[in-house]
Amino acid sequence: MKINVDGLLVYFPYDYIYPEQFLYMQELKRALDAKGHCVLEMPSGTGKTVSLLSLIIAYMRANPLDVTKMIYCSRTVPELEKVVEEMRSLMDYYVQETGEFPKFLGLALSSRKNMCIHPEVSQERDGKQVDGKCHQLTASFVRNRHKNNPNVPVCDFYENFDANGRNIPLPSGIFGLDELREYGRKYGWCPYFLARYAMSQANVIVYSYYYLLDPKIADLVSKELPKQSVVVFDEAHNIDNVCVESMSVKITRRTIDKCNQNIEDLSKQIRRIKDVDETRLQNEYQRMVEGLREANIARETDLVLANPVIPDEILQEAVPGSIRNAEHFIGFMKRFIEYLKTRLRVQHVVSESPPSFLKDCQAKVCIDRKPLRFCSERLSSLLRTLELTDIKDYSALSVVANFATIISTYTKGFSLIIEPFDDRTPTIANPIMNFSCLDATIAVKPIFNRFQTVVVTSGTLSPLDMYPKILDFQPVTMATFTMTLARPCICPMIVSKGNDQVAMSSKYETREDIAVTRNYGNLLVEMVAIVPDGVVCFFTSYIYMESIVAAWYEQGIIDQIQKHKLLFIETQDAAETSLALLNYQKACENGRGAVLLSVARGKVSEGIDFDHHYGRAVIMFGVPYVYTQSRILKARLEYLRDQYQIRENDFLTFDAMRHAAQCVGRALRGKTDYGIMIFADKRFSRADKRGKIPRWIQEHLTDNLCNLSIDEAVQVAKRFLRQMAQPFSRKDQLGLSLLTLEQLQSEEMQKKIESKIQHV
Amino acid sequence: MSKSSEEVLLIVKHVKNKKTDGELYLMGERMGWMLESKRVFNISYMYADIKTQKISPDTKEKVQLQVILHDGSANTFLFNNPKGRQQQLQDRESVKELLQQLLPKFKRKISSELEEKNRVLQQDPEAFQLYKDLVVSGVISPEEFWSSKAHLLSSSSKSSQTQNLGVSPAFLADIKPQTDGANGLKYNLTVDIIQSIFKTYPMVKKKHAEAVPHLVSESDFWTRFFQSHYFHRDRQALVPKDIFTECAKNDEEVMKEEITRHGNDPLVDLTQIKDQNIDDEYRGIVDDNRSSSNIANQSMIRRFNQHSTMVLRTCCASTTSSTEQTISDNTGQVNGKKSKIQPELQQNGQTNLDEPQSKKRKIKEKLLYEDLDNTAVAKGVSLRLTNMDRYLHGPTPTTSESLLGYHQNFLSEISTDMAVQEIANQVKSWTSSNLKMALGPQALSVLGELSPGGALMSGTSLQKLHKQVAPATRQELQHNYNALCELLRHFWACFPVSSKHLEEKVLKMRMTLERFEMNKLLPLKEKLAQYHYAMNLTGHLEEMLKAAYNKYDLWQAKRVSRRT
Repeated sequence: MKINVDGLLVYFPYDYIYPEQFLYMQELKRALDAKGHCVLEMPSGTGKTVSLLSLIIAYMRANPLDVTKMIYCSRTVPELEKVVEEMRSLMDYYVQETGEFPKFLGLALSSRKNMCIHPEVSQERDGKQVDGKCHQLTASFVRNRHKNNPNVPVCDFYENFDANGRNIPLPSGIFGLDELREYGRKYGWCPYFLARYAMSQANVIVYSYYYLLDPKIADLVSKELPKQSVVVFDEAHNIDNVCVESMSVKITRRTIDKCNQNIEDLSKQIRRIKDVDETRLQNEYQRMVEGLREANIARETDLVLANPVIPDEILQEAVPGSIRNAEHFIGFMKRFIEYLKTRLRVQHVVSESPPSFLKDCQAKVCIDRKPLRFCSERLSSLLRTLELTDIKDYSALSVVANFATIISTYTKGFSLIIEPFDDRTPTIANPIMNFSCLDATIAVKPIFNRFQTVVVTSGTLSPLDMYPKILDFQPVTMATFTMTLARPCICPMIVSKGNDQVAMSSKYETREDIAVTRNYGNLLVEMVAIVPDGVVCFFTSYIYMESIVAAWYEQGIIDQIQKHKLLFIETQDAAETSLALLNYQKACENGRGAVLLSVARGKVSEGIDFDHHYGRAVIMFGVPYVYTQSRILKARLEYLRDQYQIRENDFLTFDAMRHAAQCVGRALRGKTDYGIMIFADKRFSRADKRGKIPRWIQEHLTDNLCNLSIDEAVQVAKRFLRQMAQPFSRKDQLGLSLLTLEQLQSEEMQKKIESKIQHV
Repeated sequence: MSKSSEEVLLIVKHVKNKKTDGELYLMGERMGWMLESKRVFNISYMYADIKTQKISPDTKEKVQLQVILHDGSANTFLFNNPKGRQQQLQDRESVKELLQQLLPKFKRKISSELEEKNRVLQQDPEAFQLYKDLVVSGVISPEEFWSSKAHLLSSSSKSSQTQNLGVSPAFLADIKPQTDGANGLKYNLTVDIIQSIFKTYPMVKKKHAEAVPHLVSESDFWTRFFQSHYFHRDRQALVPKDIFTECAKNDEEVMKEEITRHGNDPLVDLTQIKDQNIDDEYRGIVDDNRSSSNIANQSMIRRFNQHSTMVLRTCCASTTSSTEQTISDNTGQVNGKKSKIQPELQQNGQTNLDEPQSKKRKIKEKLLYEDLDNTAVAKGVSLRLTNMDRYLHGPTPTTSESLLGYHQNFLSEISTDMAVQEIANQVKSWTSSNLKMALGPQALSVLGELSPGGALMSGTSLQKLHKQVAPATRQELQHNYNALCELLRHFWACFPVSSKHLEEKVLKMRMTLERFEMNKLLPLKEKLAQYHYAMNLTGHLEEMLKAAYNKYDLWQAKRVSRRT
């Protein structure tokens, strides 16, 4: 249908619309008009993606000068492909309504691993291997060598693309990963570079967070995106962690050993080159002197090691004299690595800030701050000059170089923690140097500054006001939407005690208590007996899950569960878990029913949906607090308290609750779906936790559902399931949770649905 | 009453029936009960008539055995041996066991078939009416009737056959060990449990086949099984001489193989789900990668997964192929089927173009909000074919000589492209031939005659037929039509008469038709004559009969001529 959103004609590819979708679009339009950022929370399964795409594309077509590009960032590859498919159905609707395909290019971008069509390179499963092999075939010096000696292998797809592909723009259309590959095969062009090249031309770009947030990649890929772009972070509830993740470095004994090996290799290479072709090194030196980093026109294929620092921070000056000479640089790195090695030889935990580290470094091995800042830049230049093809072998050295650059660039927002051993095995020396970013704003701030509108959205963002604080930006609008429902299709409840009235909690003091594990087990046994098809359980951590499963086995609870359903358990091995998941789905599919035990913050909780019969009930065993004994976490909490006035407890609760909400939210994917959500911990009923559950769940979590025993919960669930099993048709929804165009336009309805939005 | 030659298998004395004492006899084909004093059976049941037997629970004081018959009636025998309860139980046990052996032999398939037929007749009133008209009135035999309705029966029985019994995931837990008072444990193994173990762990079955008669005894094998670490979930130390060590190793391999086999479902593959694999060296606060050190627990968890996988496999292995078939048949999506069947072919999904399509379909399915969309996809009616070849190849064309030449020519040389062109050319040069048309005035007059009120329309009145005829009459007429059509169908199905059997059938059908005419049609005609309808309602029926008679006469004449 074609709808009028605040004066903008929006093509919406369905015949009906949910009220909250309309409100969502209204809110989004407001942010676009104001050229500001926004934070929007809308329940999962209410068509967020299609609303986003419909509105922003319509806006782009109406105001081509104000908004030129939409950058849609998602988390996982399947999600990315889903967005592409949504876009395709939207465009199909445009074709159906206007009779022609609009001048529009939608593009997906992923790593080489997912895009390569080279017959040999694409056989690699590991992303780094693919990147390395690709570099071996496409680096500019390899191609130069190929010109002189045709026996040197190059990638035909890239050569073809380089020769012809740049002159011919991609036709209008939607190019997902598969379409790009197909297109590449048809013309014999490399899809990866084709997509990167076409980014400047595309109207919508769909890619993963890292392409924008990780400075190491963003510098290569997303450098030239215009300011008039709209950036959408979907599933953004974890965005701060992604930012922090990409700026943190971990160095172990093994890293150091590998570095030493790298250094040896490099010096050998330098000696070899010196004998053969000394001019090359001299040229490089000359370039450094002149500070013409940019003069060496960076060819797209050569950029394998990029600077880990945000572009604004990179100094526009010459590389300092002490590391200009290749051999000097190698010596410099050697000294630095030796220094790190001595630092790792500690007997007790050390925690310090970047300035004190630099000072100590200066005192001990006389390394200045300034040359350190150029480390990664200098290393990539050297690797280029030496014309080394297998870049991936030097990953250890580049990690150290990156570490040097970051620690000498930022004085604030980072902390260095050196732990001599693992806390649980104090006798085994296993020193780890954790250099961690504490401040998510370092990576994300430039994005808020650079683009006119950034949309942060997810199904679970509560409490909303936390995000502007930890990401440090000023949104023009913040809103949370509830789900309009014709029938109460979610049934959240807090189960706080067993039938024996013993409180259930994953609290540290009681978690080993036999009564607690037994009660948890009884809850699950009771639920698997009454819930059809799939039941998903989330634990607070792997270790906790393991100990509980072991206890359940001893108590015979596992056997009781198996009487009703097949049992699958997430493990730390991703491939094994994938198989378990697949079989879990199969068991749900063929009617046997299954239970999946998995972990909050684990891979399953982040990427897999349990819609419809795949998850009729979700049980959250315990409050999924992050492992609070970690020193890195403590440092971050301290930093947040000092810098942003966020109390430790607030942040921990916020973090735990967003993961809990994320876990239970996996079960619901749409209004025809239904599911039971059980929070099995006494602490959930406290106001500070309950208040942080997303509004659309909180609405249904009435007081009488907040302090149930197992028996009571079973009764509630039984009644709910019986109710949900009744036939449910469109007629029941229409006018309440589903609107036709006429209904949407009526004044009365407009007023009625206003209450579904809450501004923060 | 009883035949003297009958073999008596068991005689049990002191059995009460309806409070009178007597003796129970179990014979070759039936069971009987007679009063103590008499020499004639008061009660006699054929085994074939017995549906099932029931016994009273041990807790009850009376020791009874109940026999339930197919017609729903039941009879109870009370074992009343004066030697005491122990002996009573023993008596009953012997009867029960003998019955248990005998009953399945006599459980004829017919009973289920009869039920099935009964069901069909109850559900389909039309068939029931037909059955009444034809079979009950003796026009055709029941066998003939059902032979024509075979498709109704076979299809339903087929679908019920394909489901096979799954394995309970908790079957290992169901084996409850009992202490035997001393230090030993006693496991009760039933055939079902052993079957479950074999089904779920084929390797154990193999071991069993290898070892049991030659190396160890049956009970010894199971004793070792329960003692082995293999049976225990928390196995870790594998004793090398244990015969089940190999099983455990094999399990690991099976799991690995499963992983590689299913590794390419893009929606659940967690190894590929992250777009950018952040190296181990770059890591923040986020992951809690404290791995547990308890290897026993880890291996236990893996074993749970593996056990569930194996159990799932037992029920999936045989059905997957057929379900996939039906899925693709129903929806007509050939692509999905293809890609499912050939997962081995595609190692990396690079070369196979089917993968993106099936993946896309899955994604589309996930994305669809069925309540937002208006267009409900009409589910196609699934086609059920008894004779697939006939459907695929179509009727063999009857080509006249002139066309044949052209066709051969066409098939052998001309490609489809050229054929299309040919047709296009022919269409271009097509003109309507006016030669065979009627002249204007003539046509007009004919049209006039054909309009209501015209000469040719005199027979039809403006009143609708169904308003003229009373509903009861209409009903009767309809039934007769149905019956006759059914008979004629049988009749015509005999041609061409290729076998002796068919020949006989034709003769019989001819007689049947005549009988029908005499018994049904003529009375109907007379009855209708009383109402004085304007038109002959039975005319068409008669015509159909006549056509059949003609065919018969023709055939008869031919046969006679051939013989002479």
